[in-house]
Amino acid sequence: MSRDAILAGIRRGLRRGELPEDQKAMLRTRMARPPRHLMPARSRLAHAGQVALFVANLEKEFATVTRLTALSEVPEAVAEFLAAQNLPPQLAIAPHPELTGLAWEERPMLRIEARPGQAQDFASLQHGFAGIAETGTLMLPSHPTRPTTLNLLPDTAMVLLRTSRVVGAYEEAWDLLRAENSDSRTGGFMPRNVMLVTGPSRSADIEQTLELGAHGPRRLHVFLLDDTQ
Amino acid sequence: MQIHSPQFKQRAAEALVDPGLQKALGRAKQGFQVKRAAAVAGLPEFEALRDVGRDIKNHSLANLDFYLEEFAARVEKAGGHVHWCSTADEARAAVLAICQKAGAKTVTKGKSMISEELGVNEHLEKHGITPVETDLGEYILQIRDEGPSHIIAPAFHLNREDWEETFRRVHTDLPADRVFSERRDIMTEARARLRQKFLTADVGITGANFLIAETGSSVIVTNEGNGDLTQTLPKVHIALASIEKMVPTLEDATSLLRLLARSATGQDFSVYTTFSTGARRAAELDGPQEYHVVLLDGGRSNMLGTEYQEMLRCIRCAACMNHCPVYGAVGGHSYGWVYPGPMGSVLTPTLVGVDKAGHLPNASTFCGRCESVCPVKIPLPKMMRHWREREFERHLSPATTRSAMGLWAWLAKRPEVYRAATGLAVRALKLLGRKTGSFAALPLAGGWTAGRDLPAPQAGGTFMAQYAKSKRQ
Repeated sequence: MSRDAILAGIRRGLRRGELPEDQKAMLRTRMARPPRHLMPARSRLAHAGQVALFVANLEKEFATVTRLTALSEVPEAVAEFLAAQNLPPQLAIAPHPELTGLAWEERPMLRIEARPGQAQDFASLQHGFAGIAETGTLMLPSHPTRPTTLNLLPDTAMVLLRTSRVVGAYEEAWDLLRAENSDSRTGGFMPRNVMLVTGPSRSADIEQTLELGAHGPRRLHVFLLDDTQ
Repeated sequence: MQIHSPQFKQRAAEALVDPGLQKALGRAKQGFQVKRAAAVAGLPEFEALRDVGRDIKNHSLANLDFYLEEFAARVEKAGGHVHWCSTADEARAAVLAICQKAGAKTVTKGKSMISEELGVNEHLEKHGITPVETDLGEYILQIRDEGPSHIIAPAFHLNREDWEETFRRVHTDLPADRVFSERRDIMTEARARLRQKFLTADVGITGANFLIAETGSSVIVTNEGNGDLTQTLPKVHIALASIEKMVPTLEDATSLLRLLARSATGQDFSVYTTFSTGARRAAELDGPQEYHVVLLDGGRSNMLGTEYQEMLRCIRCAACMNHCPVYGAVGGHSYGWVYPGPMGSVLTPTLVGVDKAGHLPNASTFCGRCESVCPVKIPLPKMMRHWREREFERHLSPATTRSAMGLWAWLAKRPEVYRAATGLAVRALKLLGRKTGSFAALPLAGGWTAGRDLPAPQAGGTFMAQYAKSKRQ
């Protein structure tokens, strides 16, 4: 069987047999409590500094940001953003209670559907799990309330994120996921899919010149809700 | 993929006089080197992270059997399947069997060098399944029936006019007189084409930049989002990965990801870095219903314990080829197989045999730039030197090379004669080349000077003469 052949080949190359139990136990401990390596100093800031760095890096990567001070401002901010982009007032939103619970009816012109993304969608609103200041990266784990396709299919992807969810480095975002997420299948923390998204889709395949709007969203907009003031 | 590496010399000679290719290769500096340098300058810890990256990969390789088993167990727990494949044949068969079981007619594909190695497309086509490359660069190469010339920018050898001409030729339902006023227009046309393919494909095949033992995840990195659409929309996702992609934890992968994009495209982070773990969960509204990892050895385990083991650290960033003067002169297709540039010159002989790929490790000036930019500090020149030794030992190098080496060895063992001979040669060359400062042609060295000029020696004589002079001062 190929599994055994491959493992035997590896052990032959490493000039040893299967690892002894005590070494396996050591490696299992390393996996259960993963050591952190060098974390760049750029994100080792007080939280307000991390939020500022997160926003600066988002903008560097061609994403745009609207700062909000209350959750109730979201429907109006979404409507205004779509209007400013000349987009129709319709969007798919993540079926997350925090988004479905908003008073969308106060903006009767907006057509809202809570569902996964579809190919013809102009815009979507995803519920952000965490923001990583180091590179302006959004962590978007899959969940029944956070469909992955909302990050991919719409032309304009919007994400709601609270400033309390902004961390400095990737490692801190993994720790949030470890602490808070429970996977229905494995009982572990890792969901089926975790996307780390840094700006809108792009390609440099034509003459090594960066162009925005490849296969994913052409625009990425973050509504950053200040809940840490 | 068919191996053309034995024809390296012929292909390189053709590449040197191909004006379109030379124009494209001229973009390496601005397109890659300058961007990488800026990204590295923006992260003061970059040099220290190279040591971290090297150590993580060394640790992973030293315990590879253990981590692969842990990985496989976690994939199964998350509802996925791992297909262990010793050879390319087994891996092709595994991919085909999954596709056939799914009743697949079309298969979308993210960019994967393992797929090129296996020749997945040809194999699927032979069995009536249509593969569709979705990475922008791979898309046009599939149309043009060409292989990639670069591991992260597969269509690096093409110019804008090639794109326009190809799209006009094959997208015949669009107005023939349409204008591509910007590069973006070309991209937009491809985007519209591929949308439908993403939605109707039965299986999506991606590669994997990393496999993570802690979680049983495969990781892909793209800027376009094509890899994510490929693995999210069809009902079956196949991740193709070779065994050395294994790392223990998310933290380990994270540290390597800090190196990858900066070394590759000069970005701080790629747009989409995605971790896939198993099949769609019970209440989920999207995602594939099946998740398969086709795990390929394909000659890697043979490299463990040899002088080529360190090559298994490679994270496929392409920094070595982006900074290589030889790659920059002859382009990727000259190398004749999947992996070009310095990493290819080391890897190709190990995977297909030095008898077929012996020219590649000889295509180096040993300038050392590849090693100096490698994010995991692979000693590429040293390993190319090992290959040259192997080739020499096995009498695979040509007779002229061997007799010239013999002559040189005879001279080198007699320092007085050697100094006299080189002193004479330097003076003669200096005299002859004093007008132009270089030689476009030299007797007995026509093969060498056909592709480059030899600089004429400058004032000061041989190295030994200059050394003696500096000691006296």
